[in-house]
Amino acid sequence: MNLLDILLIIPAAGFLLTLLLPKDNPALVRNFTLFVSLIAFVLSLGLIGPVQSNPGHMTFETNTQWIEYPSIRYHVGLDGLSLWLVILSTFLTPIVILVSWKYIQNRVKEFYAFLLALLFGVLGVFVALDLFLFFVFWEISLVPMYFLVGIWGHDKRIYAAVKFFLYTMAGSALMLIAIIYLYNKSGTFDMPLMLDMMQKGRLALNGTEGFWLFLAFFFAFAIKVPLFPLHTWLPDAHGEAPTAGSVMLASVLLKLGTYGLVRICLPLFGEAARQNAAWIIGLAITGIIYGALVAMVQPNMKRLVAYSSVSHLGFVVLGVFTFTQVGLDGAVYQMLNHGISTGALFILVGMLYERRHSLEIADYGGVGTSAPWLSTMFVITTLASVGLPLLNNFVGEFLVLQGAAQVNFLYAVFAAIGVILSSVYMLWMVQRTFYGETPSEVKHHVNDLSAREWAVLVPLIVMMVWMGIGSQSFLPAVSAQNAQILELMKKPAAKEVANAR
Amino acid sequence: MPVNFMPTPQELFRFAPEMLLTLVATIIMVLEPLSGADGKRKFAVISFLSLAAAIALSVAAAGDPGAAFSSMIVVDGFSTFFRILVMVAGVLTILISTNYLRMEEHESGEYYALVLFSIVGQCIMVSANELIMLFIGLECSSIASYVLAGFLRDDKRNNESALKYFLLGSFATAFLLYGVAWIYGTTGYTNLSEIRRVLLDPNSNQNMVVISAATALMFVGFAFKVSAAPFQMWAPDVYQGAPAPVTAFMSVGPKAAAFAMFLRVLMTAFEPVKDRWEPLLWTSALATMVIGNFAALRQTNIKRLLAYSSIAHAGYIMVALTAHSDIGTAAAMFYLASYTFMNIGAFAVVTYIARKGERHVEIQDLAGLSQRRPVVAAMLTIFLLSLTGIPLTAGFFGKFYIFKAALDANMVWLAVLGMLNSAVAAYYYLRLIVVMYMQAPSDEMEELPAPSVGIQAAMFAAAAATVFLGVFPSVVLDYAGKSASFIR
Repeated sequence: MNLLDILLIIPAAGFLLTLLLPKDNPALVRNFTLFVSLIAFVLSLGLIGPVQSNPGHMTFETNTQWIEYPSIRYHVGLDGLSLWLVILSTFLTPIVILVSWKYIQNRVKEFYAFLLALLFGVLGVFVALDLFLFFVFWEISLVPMYFLVGIWGHDKRIYAAVKFFLYTMAGSALMLIAIIYLYNKSGTFDMPLMLDMMQKGRLALNGTEGFWLFLAFFFAFAIKVPLFPLHTWLPDAHGEAPTAGSVMLASVLLKLGTYGLVRICLPLFGEAARQNAAWIIGLAITGIIYGALVAMVQPNMKRLVAYSSVSHLGFVVLGVFTFTQVGLDGAVYQMLNHGISTGALFILVGMLYERRHSLEIADYGGVGTSAPWLSTMFVITTLASVGLPLLNNFVGEFLVLQGAAQVNFLYAVFAAIGVILSSVYMLWMVQRTFYGETPSEVKHHVNDLSAREWAVLVPLIVMMVWMGIGSQSFLPAVSAQNAQILELMKKPAAKEVANAR
Repeated sequence: MPVNFMPTPQELFRFAPEMLLTLVATIIMVLEPLSGADGKRKFAVISFLSLAAAIALSVAAAGDPGAAFSSMIVVDGFSTFFRILVMVAGVLTILISTNYLRMEEHESGEYYALVLFSIVGQCIMVSANELIMLFIGLECSSIASYVLAGFLRDDKRNNESALKYFLLGSFATAFLLYGVAWIYGTTGYTNLSEIRRVLLDPNSNQNMVVISAATALMFVGFAFKVSAAPFQMWAPDVYQGAPAPVTAFMSVGPKAAAFAMFLRVLMTAFEPVKDRWEPLLWTSALATMVIGNFAALRQTNIKRLLAYSSIAHAGYIMVALTAHSDIGTAAAMFYLASYTFMNIGAFAVVTYIARKGERHVEIQDLAGLSQRRPVVAAMLTIFLLSLTGIPLTAGFFGKFYIFKAALDANMVWLAVLGMLNSAVAAYYYLRLIVVMYMQAPSDEMEELPAPSVGIQAAMFAAAAATVFLGVFPSVVLDYAGKSASFIR
């Protein structure tokens, strides 16, 4: 049992132990789950060194049998692609626990238990190397989020929760069929083994098979991303979820989709991915612009941030389907950036809501005078989100645009429109919320940050700056693994020719 | 040809579980009038213990597999699996029944005797190797179930349920018997292995129209018993009207047994003519899934919703049958085992929620259950997630194996449509969870007393089995895989 296995066990054990805690002692529950999540975070930092020294290969691999027939294995491992996503998840969990400290006052025990269960599910998805195991974790991550939205959300929470669940279920149903089909074809669920068989020519998918299998996986992932026009569950789920739910949903759960695209769709179905890239990029760019335009007219802050996610995630998909090293690096980096900056935006919006009990932009104004620090944090995060140089999103967007330009300059032009629009809707919201006249409700209720809120925001701001100016701490590991994936995407035949020369 | 009708001790041993249960049930019938009004609980204990003993005997009999009574019945891995399954279903049913019957002031020995008789019938169904024997088992199981469905004889809905079940059930068994007669008329045999031999024989010169018609007639009977489309109409009314513990029993025991005989007949006797029944099954499987799932979407009564859900699940199992392979058979066996636990578990909770006179069986009666009875709500959530097919529950692996079998048999479209159906199903199972967890209990709600020991035991056992099969499916699946190939 290595560090990664322990990291998986901790949230699962934490979940079960939390259920055993007494119901009438919420303080104990909060402290306990915070403690568990911090342990998970500290342990996950121990993963960085070994993976970074060998990012193109699987580190911390465990491969033991779970079910004998059909052969399903507990096969997990970590490489440069999954490393930062794992750390993003463990980093955000203690933060969202702190965010919910005051906000969640009823059914406290269940709430925190579900947060730990969610961490277990998403960590599992990021490290699973067996397709079946991947699917199991994929579905597990769905259940706690459904409860988080449905129990602790806003007025339309039930509608949003059910919609979220059913959308994902519909996608994963097809994915399961595709996984079984691949198993019948190859005799294994093991991804590295499957790739190896493909490289050696022992597993070949003909054009039709490749197309439908790719589509089945792609559909499941595109719903989760969400790619335009499958995004309609997202504004509801984000808008109705409690702050912690919105943060985990935006920062981590959406990444499951883009991660799946990079981890599964590209290497396994390289040929089909290439053939379908044009319309997928078309949808991604449509999403970038559409998300930004719709965000602009939202009167509700949470829905605005939610639509901005549609736009940002369009960048990720665009980067992935350029199949260029820079594009892919940018896409993966953008996944992390979006996790930090959109997570921070949701947290800040949540803080405003806790004070004023409204998400309508029209109910605010002049917050800058009554809560200067809160406003400062909000503005920094906004600038990060719109891609100001020296802050994190700039790096990702730049790389993605560069990759897109390599493929077709027009892609980059249209995507860049999205960048411009993003500063329009974000800065306009900031202006209406934080500047201008201060209504009396705002003056009386919106006070400045508490110590707990400082503790929540500072790490996020630090990360925004660090990822903006020190991308070299993060990118090499990602690049190494992306290079491997692009290598795998080359046709085996083409490679044989290259080897023969 | 002179036949020695005296069974050997070995044959008697193979049939011992059925004999024991018949004996105990008869004794209960005799003792029933002799016991006072407050002495009925002992019958529950007696039948519980006799079922435990019968399970032990079945396990022992499995050590010496083979045919008995001139090949009328056969004890193999397959029949042992289903014998134990229906008996376990019986044990769980008794656990959830005792308190219910006392509450409804109908506690009597007859109830337990009928449950035992029904189980005897199901045991014969699953081990019959002969069409007449199969019919006897089916009737034995059905007649006991008809009576059970109307057990609270002063209750209007019970009477309706029993009458509907009886009339439509007899009609369907008549079709089955008619099919048996045709088969006997054309092949000259009722023994499954002999029929298979005749159908495989290229020189036997069978009239394929007659064989097909006979298969279709028998299909009517089987499809009725497993509530597969287009013969599923009875299920919602009967399930809704019958007493909740009886519904729990009917939705698993007789259904599992009916699927077992369906499987055995298809996979042995009629396997040679599979091209003829495969399209029939394909269509019926799809129709069953679609009707069950889409009708369940609009139900407000929990029992009725679970009735449609059980139709949908019959559809999934029909997919496994359509695959007509050993993998398909094993998948159906595994599914029936998981289904037994999750469905009885769900009905145990319904029995508990319903209270006296079953006044609380609307979905809204579950409102705020997570706050009123958190443990019960958590259990029902496990059963519902399993029925939905979420990983780490038995239902997920059940679906997985079934759709894997379908893909193995190159039925990609059936698998895709089936999986999409299970996504639809998520909606109505989620609705129950929504009400339990996301709606506050209303103030008028009566107090909900703690569940009885029997219901608690049944719930915990079923939940433990559901989760266990969801994490370690191999335990059951390996056995199913080994016993999926019939003695032909």
